[in-house]
Amino acid sequence: MKKIEVIQNVLEANEAIARRNRELLEKHGILGINVMSGPGAGKTSLILQTIAGLRDRLNVAVIEGDVASTVDAEKVQDEARAVVQINTRNMPESCSLTAAMIESALKELPLDEVDLVLIENIGNLICPSEFALGEHRRVVISSLPEGDDKTAKYPLIFVDADVVIVNKIDLLPYLDFDLAAFREAVRGLNSEALVLQLSCKTGQGVEEWRSWVLEQASLNRSGR
Amino acid sequence: MHELGITENIVDIALAKAGEAQATRITQINLVIGELSGFVPDCIQFYFDSFKEETIAQQAVLHFEVVPAQLRCRDCAALFMPQDTMWSCPECLSQSVEIARGRELYVESIEVE
Ligand SMILES: Nc1nc2c(ncn2[C@@H]2O[C@H](COP(=O)(O)OP(=O)(O)OP(=O)(O)O)[C@@H](O)[C@H]2O)c(=O)[nH]1
Ligand SMILES: [Mg+2]
Ligand SMILES: [Zn+2]
Repeated sequence: MKKIEVIQNVLEANEAIARRNRELLEKHGILGINVMSGPGAGKTSLILQTIAGLRDRLNVAVIEGDVASTVDAEKVQDEARAVVQINTRNMPESCSLTAAMIESALKELPLDEVDLVLIENIGNLICPSEFALGEHRRVVISSLPEGDDKTAKYPLIFVDADVVIVNKIDLLPYLDFDLAAFREAVRGLNSEALVLQLSCKTGQGVEEWRSWVLEQASLNRSGR
Repeated sequence: MHELGITENIVDIALAKAGEAQATRITQINLVIGELSGFVPDCIQFYFDSFKEETIAQQAVLHFEVVPAQLRCRDCAALFMPQDTMWSCPECLSQSVEIARGRELYVESIEVE
């Protein structure tokens, strides 16, 4: 019997492709944002709200990840500059997008005509936190009906977020969601994350989110 | 579950290393997995049992070393274990902390014949 030292990151293959994706985006001056949440928290709604308010200033492309179906891609079809749908049902990872899936999606986008790529990840709070896609920024949406304990159950996804969005704030009067406790818990895991409360339904708070996106897009163009 | 592709990577890494060493059999694969990692050892084991068939790893045992979570304070560099989900530094109370250990997933070594 012989022991051979290996020390090899099992995720390295994914991370190498993610680095290539990021270089490709940067070559075209594109900002990539990975939008993550549990099922139904409002990823598609946020993407629609983002495009609706920024269409005059940014050309937005969307990569839609879903286990099956094209309903989300159809919803953003008419709004975005371009949309690519990825269905993960028959792929090795069906619960998260991976860098390889983004690599093939980017081949289908008119990169020279795009400023911002919004990536809607699979509705899941565990798996997407393990797979870098090559994005520049990570956004995690938590919505009021899910309850205020998501940080305790799924800490990792919050640790890596640049922005945490508390969506469906219009439902606050009807639910026992402790906003202060939630914000405190996010800060406890990730003191740098920006926490934004908004409603994709009424539009309340959405302008602040759009300003953040614009600011990141211009930082990205100036190479930071 | 997302352990399928990962397990394939593990088997590929082990087979490549064993090949370099001209081994005829892999008897054990030693994995290091962080407590905070979203990967489940049982799921890796489940997929491994199907991937190993008809390879030189057919009789290999998977061994998991689970690494507990450890955080580092960005302000005073103290290392500490996280308490529930309030990740603040016990030394200086700073909330600016990062994960020092507990997220890893790597093949540490293989045992071959
Ligand atoms: N009341 C209320 N409903 C909302 C809000 N945002 C989204 N919804 C509703 O929540 C449901 C799910 O929203 P989606 O945007 O499809 O959520 P998603 O995260 O893309 O869902 P999946 O892709 O299935 O994981 C829809 O019925 C939306 O109309 C909000 O701010 N307030
Ligand atoms: Mg959706
Ligand atoms: Zn400290």
